[in-house]
Amino acid sequence: MGLLDQRFENSNVFVTSMDNLLSWARLSSLWGMQFGLACCAIEMMATGASHYDFDRFGTFFRGSPRQSDVMIVAGTVTLKMASRIKTLYDQMSEPRYVISMGSCSNCGGPYWEHGYHVLKGVDRVIPVDVYVPGCPPRPEALMEGLIKLQEKIRAGSLIQKKTA
Amino acid sequence: MTAQEIHDVVKSRFGDSIPDARLVGVIDPYIKVAPDRIKDVAAFLRDDERLRFDLLMCLSGVDYTGGKLGVVYHLNSTKLDQKIVLKVDVTADHPHCQSVESVWKTANWHEREAFDLYGIIFDGHPDLRRILLPDDWEGHPMRKDYQVPEFYNGMKVPY
Repeated sequence: MGLLDQRFENSNVFVTSMDNLLSWARLSSLWGMQFGLACCAIEMMATGASHYDFDRFGTFFRGSPRQSDVMIVAGTVTLKMASRIKTLYDQMSEPRYVISMGSCSNCGGPYWEHGYHVLKGVDRVIPVDVYVPGCPPRPEALMEGLIKLQEKIRAGSLIQKKTA
Repeated sequence: MTAQEIHDVVKSRFGDSIPDARLVGVIDPYIKVAPDRIKDVAAFLRDDERLRFDLLMCLSGVDYTGGKLGVVYHLNSTKLDQKIVLKVDVTADHPHCQSVESVWKTANWHEREAFDLYGIIFDGHPDLRRILLPDDWEGHPMRKDYQVPEFYNGMKVPY
């Protein structure tokens, strides 16, 4: 008899709040909005591939903002792209989260002074939950960022109304 | 052919349209061409039996500061294995230059890029519009006197 069947037959019970359960479910299946903007995307792809295996956090990338929970802004946000990012973010259904990956999307990175075409931080157009520093960050750093986001979701509440 | 021989062939054909040249003491010898004759010179360089410059390797825009702009053409002959550089000088007040798109199709996007970033207008280009920056961008950012705008579409640009 399988382990799962045994658990049900032995009538194991655990007690938790609805809030905790929903948060646990949500943080365990953060689907990523799939797009990369520069070299950070290479690290993001490496994180998603078998060696680092992002899937074990319940994260895998979706092609549509409607199906995504977390947007990983991986790379240089040009002014031309910024309005597209805003549109994609608006198309995601709530609750939605944003991870800013790499120096460029954090603050403009090496383009901070002479980059006439670069937005100096994606937080100028959309709200960011977690900033991952690095140029580009290693896959371990991106995973750390995702774990930080999971901690944030675990600490928050989905049922209680947000206080201002 | 040496750069000197290439220059002599072009000079004997076009005369006053070749105002200047520098053929020794530089890595890439260059011939200067008047902006209103570059298309004919280019076609000649491509079609003449002795020259056969069938490949436009690169077309660049330059800002020499002081209101002087330029276009640089790096040419290669894959058939005769020779190279030459053409340079065209224009001014920021009148940044007009003939398009060589009809001679080398490669020039189409290169000229759009030079137009986008330097504001050099290529007369006779079939589709001269911005290629990298958004269509509603103002100014030409690679110019030395370019000032970064304070806002673009409501987004603050400077750090």
